[in-house]
Amino acid sequence: MTLLSTKNMSVRLGGHTALRNVDFSIASGEIVTIVGPNGSGKSTLLKALIGAVKPTQGSLERRPGLRIGYVPQKLHIDPTLPISVRRFLSLPKKNSDAEINAALARVGASDLLSKQMFALSGGQFQRTLLARALLEKPDIFVLDEPTTGLDQPGSAALYNLIEELRHETGAAVLMVSHELHVVMSASDRVICLNGHVCCHGTPDVVASAPEYRALFGTGTQGALALYRHEHNHSHDGETHAEHSHV
Amino acid sequence: MFDDFLVRAAFAGLGIAIAAAPLGCFVVWRRMAYFGDATSHAAILGVALSLALSISVFTGALAVALVMALTVHALSGRGYAMDTLLGVLAHSALAVGLVAASFLQGVRIDLMAYLFGDILAVSKNDLLIIWCGAALVVSLMAARWSALLTATLNGDLAMASGVDPKREQLILTVCLAVVVAVAIKVVGVLLIVAMLIIPAAGARPLARNPESMALIAAALGGLSAILGLQVSLEYDTPTGPSIVCVAAGLFVLSVTFGRLTQRAR
Repeated sequence: MTLLSTKNMSVRLGGHTALRNVDFSIASGEIVTIVGPNGSGKSTLLKALIGAVKPTQGSLERRPGLRIGYVPQKLHIDPTLPISVRRFLSLPKKNSDAEINAALARVGASDLLSKQMFALSGGQFQRTLLARALLEKPDIFVLDEPTTGLDQPGSAALYNLIEELRHETGAAVLMVSHELHVVMSASDRVICLNGHVCCHGTPDVVASAPEYRALFGTGTQGALALYRHEHNHSHDGETHAEHSHV
Repeated sequence: MFDDFLVRAAFAGLGIAIAAAPLGCFVVWRRMAYFGDATSHAAILGVALSLALSISVFTGALAVALVMALTVHALSGRGYAMDTLLGVLAHSALAVGLVAASFLQGVRIDLMAYLFGDILAVSKNDLLIIWCGAALVVSLMAARWSALLTATLNGDLAMASGVDPKREQLILTVCLAVVVAVAIKVVGVLLIVAMLIIPAAGARPLARNPESMALIAAALGGLSAILGLQVSLEYDTPTGPSIVCVAAGLFVLSVTFGRLTQRAR
């Protein structure tokens, strides 16, 4: 079933056209990844899909009652705002302690419950954001570069977690990522964006498309091979200890 | 009991402290201090207008503060350099208000009373207005608390959860105009923002959650009002500035305490 779709959608932001004529759709259970260079409109597309920016042209359809678990690219918590992880996970709607504990346990962050948000390390913060998205009981996870600020093993662990959550909840996953090797192996479909959709399809189709190669160069085949190598490894040693700065 | 002017003054100060506390927290979290300045400085123009038109100062100040707050609200997020623009608006509004007041003939007005407040002259009617305004602001913020917090954390996150950050900002904007209008009599236009920011900033080192920060800010603000009033009686100092001085002293104590306990941890 289609959760979100756009037809011929264009978005103008601050006088320039950030997106033009985008046709897009995502169905339940799918993992779709958006790739593209900086400034190609990836975040704008996600923001349009969650309703934070309005399309200036074309149409955007959302399944009625669609629940979105959104993880923003950057979430700056002002140091003047004291807020514990427990309180953060009850916004805007109240969740019970049992639900919060279950969500934190699921993302491997049980020990964070009473920590202050600003005291979290990069990896802890991303896991907390993911727990918050999980608490929305979403039909779709929308993740804007969820591994920003994580080291390589940390981001591999997070991608594994996202994949597991997809299987457990049956929710679709739409994410922006720069980590091409992960994207190419873990996605059902890839959309290559550069102000417009320059190519899309299964990872193999996109990886061999001339538009994609023009954007990302010819080194991507190497990256793909690198990922496959890592993927085998990740099954042996998935556990990744995280270090807190606190 | 409200026949005693000191009791009226104390309750006026408490009313402002309670209304300013939750709003002041948002002013601090969202870095809206200049926004508050623009709104409160515009209120002096409202004072001049209401004296010229012989309407209640509260009504005139509320109207002009509301217009200014909504203007700033509309301009925000349009990509201007906001702090510069707000600085221009805040100080121009104050200057225009003072010039306008100088044109008033036949009305003897004590501008100092509106610039720095005249809490000892609070009437029963003023007290009623102050407490109604405070009740309005506190109940509005209590009703929208979670949505306001979510919108403050991240606009997109709020949007994805079905909270419109623009609407939440509008609520804060309206609350700000109401607090400005009711606080003129107590601390004056120049020190309203002080009553918003200083207790909230003083509460920060003592709080671990947004709710406790608002409650502690209310306590610090109320304490400042009562102590400031006493200081002002004792030493014959202007009351509004005395209240703010006490608030500033409490802020220093709180920050020092916060630093010390942090080191001990």
